[in-house]
Amino acid sequence: MSTLAALARLRAVHTGTAQRLATVRHCHLSERPMVFIPLRLAGEAAAPLAAMAGTDPGHPRLLVVPQPRDRDLRFAFAAELAEILLPYFEGLQKATETVERRGAEPYERCVDAPQVIVPGRGAVAFVQLLGRSTRFRRAEGPYAVHPSVPVLGRWLTFLAQRAQYPGSSLLLAATEALSLHWATGQSTLEDANLASLVGWIDPPPGMTGASAAREAEDPLVWPPAGPATDPGFDTEVLAPAIRAYEETRSDRAAARVAEAVRSQLEPTWRLMWRAIGLLGTLPAAPGAAARWEGDRTSFTGFAAQLAEGGPPQPKRDGAVGAASRLARMERAQASYDAQRAYDDPLVMAAYRLTGEAFTGTVVATEPDRTEGEGRGRKLRPLVTVRTTDPVRLAPGTRLGTPERRGQQAEVVAIDGEHVTLKIVKGMGRGMAATPGAVPEAGERVCYAALTDEFQPPASLPAPEETPWTHGGPPPEYSPADDEPEEEWS
Amino acid sequence: MDRLDRLRGPVPPRPHDARAIAALAANPGCARRAVLDAAGVDKDATAAHLGYPAPFGQSPFAITRGNAFESLVKESGCAELLRLLRELLGLPIPLAAYTDLGDVGGNPSAQVRHSHTRKLLDKAARDSDDAGTLYDHPLLRLEIAGHSAYLEPDVVAFRLGGRFHIVEIKSFAVVDGQAEPDKVAAAARQAAVYVLALMNTLEELGHDPRRVSHEVVLVCPENFANRPAATLVDVRPQLAVLRRQLARMARVGAIVDELPPELTFDLAPDADGVPTRPVAELREAVRGVDARYAPDCLSTCDLCFFCRDEASAEGSTDLLGRQVRDALGGVATVTEALGLADGSLTPGEGQEEIARLLRLADRIYAEVG
Repeated sequence: MSTLAALARLRAVHTGTAQRLATVRHCHLSERPMVFIPLRLAGEAAAPLAAMAGTDPGHPRLLVVPQPRDRDLRFAFAAELAEILLPYFEGLQKATETVERRGAEPYERCVDAPQVIVPGRGAVAFVQLLGRSTRFRRAEGPYAVHPSVPVLGRWLTFLAQRAQYPGSSLLLAATEALSLHWATGQSTLEDANLASLVGWIDPPPGMTGASAAREAEDPLVWPPAGPATDPGFDTEVLAPAIRAYEETRSDRAAARVAEAVRSQLEPTWRLMWRAIGLLGTLPAAPGAAARWEGDRTSFTGFAAQLAEGGPPQPKRDGAVGAASRLARMERAQASYDAQRAYDDPLVMAAYRLTGEAFTGTVVATEPDRTEGEGRGRKLRPLVTVRTTDPVRLAPGTRLGTPERRGQQAEVVAIDGEHVTLKIVKGMGRGMAATPGAVPEAGERVCYAALTDEFQPPASLPAPEETPWTHGGPPPEYSPADDEPEEEWS
Repeated sequence: MDRLDRLRGPVPPRPHDARAIAALAANPGCARRAVLDAAGVDKDATAAHLGYPAPFGQSPFAITRGNAFESLVKESGCAELLRLLRELLGLPIPLAAYTDLGDVGGNPSAQVRHSHTRKLLDKAARDSDDAGTLYDHPLLRLEIAGHSAYLEPDVVAFRLGGRFHIVEIKSFAVVDGQAEPDKVAAAARQAAVYVLALMNTLEELGHDPRRVSHEVVLVCPENFANRPAATLVDVRPQLAVLRRQLARMARVGAIVDELPPELTFDLAPDADGVPTRPVAELREAVRGVDARYAPDCLSTCDLCFFCRDEASAEGSTDLLGRQVRDALGGVATVTEALGLADGSLTPGEGQEEIARLLRLADRIYAEVG
């Protein structure tokens, strides 16, 4: 944690209200997000107990499994969930745009993509497990399920995998999105409680964030946001209701279970929309839109794969697939960090504290300075900046600047409070600088050793050429025939 | 040790189960927890009487599921478990005897059961017979700060070729070879307690403690089914932590000696077991021993809410967790850190660097926030 974030937490303790950690919103927020709150039966890996889902705050859909240990009821739940989610995913595939590419065929991309918002990390893990337990099912043969179930499983798997990707907003955990923008006066562990986190950020009138957060810890006032339920609720309310259903299998008994879980889900449902509202108060960062474009490409690609009838995602990646995924995620992390810093002076502040970035005033420039001879002569202006930040950069370090995104500069020399830079990229071909390309004396500027440049993908062998050190070429993947029968008990 | 008895009051010491012993290692720096545990104080009842009931509970569904899975694994003389062990250890185990150590007849005391376990373990360790033997319901003993804690594991000790393995049965699922890391870590900590107890027992009997394998067999349901699968887990790191913590608790005497002689955590229960000790008095007594609160306590210690409130009243930076404390270079209170940040407080010796950082953070925050 940066000193700045730590200081923000201290201030939150002192003032009793959450402090901002960002001036802009770093995640995309859909106009029509799908809120999904899953509950799981305690002690089971992925036995759904209930869920609340929907895109309209006024009309949540409640799904209930009155006996979560009953396999048929679980698949009925999955089919019902598919009825809500699949039309949402499919509806967004209709409108597309053509993306032109230099040196490559243009392609079609969906103009919007789904955004599923769940309460926290636990729910993201549940989405992944629910996807894993349903994507290998079959619509015919033994243990046949509704055809929508395996499709739902693949979508959930896609979303859960995409959630690991830095900066992706297809599947968002509300607690994480909020923690990215606000610092509370409690520990990160306690921030995982959505009610308490929202309490800090947006306390009810007449209450401090601190007292609202404390109140939110009472499971009777604010039931846990799931997927785990409150053990007290399990003992006193849920267990008797499920037992009654088990004995009678009547609609009345099922309705009793439904009412019990509704009481646990409704407060979280309202909380989720409050969280979305809070995120909506922040203006979107430019980088968030760019990253959403990546999400849309990924969504379009997956939808096409599904339409072509590709196999469900394997249980494990092969060596080459895993390596290339890791490399992609590392590149995404680096560019996510850089974009956020360039978009937001509060994020940049953390780099200024460690000396990787600085802000200051331009004191002198040599805008028309050139280097090289003849045809190789290039414009290489010098800029001297006065800063009181503790700069820790070696001469030769490449720097970027939020004010002029296309440019790159190099540290030439640091002398006390004066840093001399040479602009080495983004000056164009001309021998005179275009007006505004070089900062003028008196201008406030910021430079940082963070670059968000395109990096070529890692060069990896084709899967069929996997070296023996990595297990050799993997066997061709085909979902094993026994997978649909895998128990789900 | 009568000093510890006086601290607890006239009630039997609260038995330590493996989970409680494993949790000791979670916050070794906390004197309050060390003293209360060494004295065998019922922390749960103490916290409830103080008005800060512990936030833990276990769902009946989780308990049912755990029991059902365990009985499945142990069905017909652990037949399923034996199959798993054959596969996992890659050993030809043609036959395995099954010995239920819990079967001593009547309603025996812990001591009787433990000595029965000891006798059979001694015999097993002398036996050069190569056939495998499973020991169910052993009752092990571990010395904790001078008290004997009897551990009744839901596990089985398995002996093969002169080596003993601890088998731990847990009902969390392993999906495609992966399980929730914190659950695996908790299981490993707990299994380490049994490994240590078994090692100590063998050593007391004059056998080589290294005959207990540091690799425990963890049995969990595989994927979404109830079918068990076994994995070997190396618990050496957990063993080291546990040993260090138990040694520290043995030295708890030094902390206790510093405490005022009249100090006691006695709840003074009446005939029905309802505490009658004035709350204010108990609060003062508990405050008499220093705590080291950390947010992790919220999942491991019964007194967590009490200590959190205390840390909050003191404005301690412990409240915000290790990450923040580390970023603050160990500055102890919120007021002090904020004073250093706005420059109203002159940094003490060794605080110059963190003060400079905090002032800079404060300046930047004001500039852009």
